[in-house]
Amino acid sequence: MIHGIAMGCIALGIVFFFGATVGLLRFPDFYSRVHAAGKGDTLSSMLMLFGLGVLVLEDGHAADILVFIKIMMICVFVFLTSPTTTHALTDAGYAAGVKPWDRGEHE
Amino acid sequence: MIDPMGSEHRDVAKQRIYPKIWMFCVCMLTWVVFSGLFDPFHLSLGVISSLIVTWAGTDILFPDDQSKPPSVAFSLGFVPYLAWLLYKIILANLHVFRLALAPDVKHRIEPSIIKFKTNLKSDFAKFILANSITLTPGTVTIRIEDNEFVVHAIDSVAAEGLQSEMELRVAKLFGEVP
Repeated sequence: MIHGIAMGCIALGIVFFFGATVGLLRFPDFYSRVHAAGKGDTLSSMLMLFGLGVLVLEDGHAADILVFIKIMMICVFVFLTSPTTTHALTDAGYAAGVKPWDRGEHE
Repeated sequence: MIDPMGSEHRDVAKQRIYPKIWMFCVCMLTWVVFSGLFDPFHLSLGVISSLIVTWAGTDILFPDDQSKPPSVAFSLGFVPYLAWLLYKIILANLHVFRLALAPDVKHRIEPSIIKFKTNLKSDFAKFILANSITLTPGTVTIRIEDNEFVVHAIDSVAAEGLQSEMELRVAKLFGEVP
């Protein structure tokens, strides 16, 4: 049961990572590519880390709770750093004068 | 003879000691979680390290008398907000996923840069709002200039639903009037 939940989370994480990567490759311009990378990373890394954390808890040793907390803290840091890096990237692009993609120009 | 300044001095001293205690507890808790060793040697190393970090770091985190550690009530207020944010993050991922795999991706997206003003006062509230905008579907915060947000929206639907609800929630969280 617990094993199933862990595997489900990790698999879902991989699916979202796949979506983010496809988006990164297919979106037309700098800003929308950052969209795909920034949003896709957050949820999929958190899902995979959560899955790994649950997997560690499976044996039921008390010491494993500390490992679980450590993995959850990585989640918190991903949660904080992912939007921040997204912001740093787009801000650098904005400062350099990158214009958002316009459909009209390409048709 | 009662010194009129005495009680005030004591109050200020009390205000300065509370952030230090808070800081020490956070450091010590982090130490215990990450070390996982409960013998006296490692615990005393933790106490020494936490004391050094508290001594050197408290004035950086709490530079003046106004800045206080978050209260318990304030921290608990974050729980429903985080749950709501998590729900929005899942929606954002489904949104990106659908767009990425859509055969006509270039017809579905319509990027634009939007500027709007916020009424939020504190830097931390603005930071929370900016990160929340980035994590929710279709929008990314590019920069904050004083109280003006520059936001990139990937399509017109994302651009419309941007400001209202989220700013209200963040304002409520910080007890500010939106």
